[in-house]
Amino acid sequence: MKWLKILLFVFPLLLTLQSSQAQQRFPKPEFHTSYTQPTPTTPEPRGVGMEFVDVLVLLVVLSLTSWFAIKSRSRNGILALTLFSVAYFGFYRYGCICSVGSIQNVALALADPRYVISLYALLFFLLPLIFSLFFGRVFCGAACPLGAIQDLLIYKPITIPAWLRKALGFIPYLYLGIVVLYAATGSEFVACRYDPFVGIFRLNGPHLMIYLGIAFLLAGLFIARPYCRFFCPYGAILNVFSRFSRRHLSVSPSKCIQCKLCTTACPFEAIDFPDEQNEKPDTRKSTRKFILYLFMIPVLMLAGGWIGSKSHVFLSKANNEVYLAELLISHPEVKADLANKDVQTFLASGKPMETLVAEAQVIREKFYIGSWILGAYLGLVIGLMALNQVIFRRKEEYLANRGNCYSCGRCLDYCPVEKE
Amino acid sequence: MNRKTFINNSGRLILLGGLTYLTGSIIFKRKVSASGKYVWQIDPFKCTQCGRCESQCVKNVSAVKCVHAYQLCGYCDLCGGYFKPNSHELTTGGENQLCPTGALKRKYVEEPFFEYTIDEELCNGCGKCVKGCSSFGNGSLQLQIRHDLCRNCNECSISRMCPSEAIIRVPIEAAYQIKGDFVKPAIQNLKK
Repeated sequence: MKWLKILLFVFPLLLTLQSSQAQQRFPKPEFHTSYTQPTPTTPEPRGVGMEFVDVLVLLVVLSLTSWFAIKSRSRNGILALTLFSVAYFGFYRYGCICSVGSIQNVALALADPRYVISLYALLFFLLPLIFSLFFGRVFCGAACPLGAIQDLLIYKPITIPAWLRKALGFIPYLYLGIVVLYAATGSEFVACRYDPFVGIFRLNGPHLMIYLGIAFLLAGLFIARPYCRFFCPYGAILNVFSRFSRRHLSVSPSKCIQCKLCTTACPFEAIDFPDEQNEKPDTRKSTRKFILYLFMIPVLMLAGGWIGSKSHVFLSKANNEVYLAELLISHPEVKADLANKDVQTFLASGKPMETLVAEAQVIREKFYIGSWILGAYLGLVIGLMALNQVIFRRKEEYLANRGNCYSCGRCLDYCPVEKE
Repeated sequence: MNRKTFINNSGRLILLGGLTYLTGSIIFKRKVSASGKYVWQIDPFKCTQCGRCESQCVKNVSAVKCVHAYQLCGYCDLCGGYFKPNSHELTTGGENQLCPTGALKRKYVEEPFFEYTIDEELCNGCGKCVKGCSSFGNGSLQLQIRHDLCRNCNECSISRMCPSEAIIRVPIEAAYQIKGDFVKPAIQNLKK
């Protein structure tokens, strides 16, 4: 169908070739020698088929990781897959497109009916999420090249205090909200722009990107997987999904003997300790707290939304069109600045100022709605995080925290319990 | 079934339902291209040769190169893309050349015609020759993203900075937008 459409467009054009030739400023010469005119070369892009090979490879890696994490309990298997992912999804495929970035394609496709999303981008978004609902964050464990490269470089992980971990754990949700807001308003793909590792995978890139990547890798020697834990927007979604996973990597193959060895193995502090023997929650007090926090959520959402909507003017400045319109209105003298390419190109294009302002207005309205949603969503996140603190879950053994565990399998080898 | 598994199961069902709804609304209400791949390309008719292609590409030597649409070339002796304005004499001397890297090569064909080719190894995509050629000549020199070099980023970092919105996503079948005989390709229709 697509081919047919293209043919329909191209065919009439071919017919008009003859008549339009007369427009040339300098007519094409008639050569008397045997000179033949060369044709411009057009090196082909990577084919469509290869993209679906990538999806297939992702599916295989996810399945194998799930198998190694849950059934065969093999850290070495997961490590081998980690190496493979760095090599294939990272250095061979140069990092694009990845599941982290695909959030933006999905957000833009939902917001803008004109945007055509490719099926493999959609699949890269969906597959890890579906796997996380059944087997936990196996994507983070071995399939994600960004996680894999950090995982390989963990040297001496330090323990981060729980309060700091929890506070920093808010950043991914905030980042996710901002990424979706900017993608949905058609402004830019923030997660791709500040992807720290893609420059390393390509062995080429702008200085900022390379330095950022090296900084993250160096920090990762001591703070295990800093990007995954405190920034990754896709990790935020996976964290929520994985909490409801059907099966999950379990530290001990049978009854836990409380030897605590696994907690030293985990570099991410993702193993929850069992409750103290005599620890009993004050049920009445925590119920009261629970109800209070539950009613706080709508209040927080409203407050967040209101604050968000107040900042929409500020947030929309990152959009090129809004920025240009604002600049031209507030500083009309830039029209004389010949070095300002954006202004000069706009002036040369002959587009009326009114059109630009109207377009910027439309984008700003989108930002108004978007920042209401962003604020309300952040209010919800804060509310749920607080609520999560007062919920008491009885734990009798050392268990992997389903939200934070990456299914890397380090604890598996440490557990001395034999399979029954 | 105890309370914990009930919460777990219902949570999973809700999330699965949410994912299905999201996927469904994309597949049925939006455009999903299953067979087509999209790549980034420069619309030569929108390009204003601002020079950002040289510096904004994620690659250290830009994947944007000058491409010569020979069909359109007038084979001029005084080439606006090759020579600096007011250049001293029309020779291949470096001081006369507009190209900062000497990537544009000039070869004598026959009186009074010269052929101009591009050494892509040297070209940095600055677009100076393109500007010269389009303001003085036929506009046969143009900038194009070379797909053997382009990494096809999810969002082209040059497109983010392009002042004339000339960098657009095109279907893989129309991966190059090379001017031919002054015909504007139906790129608008292909794009959306």
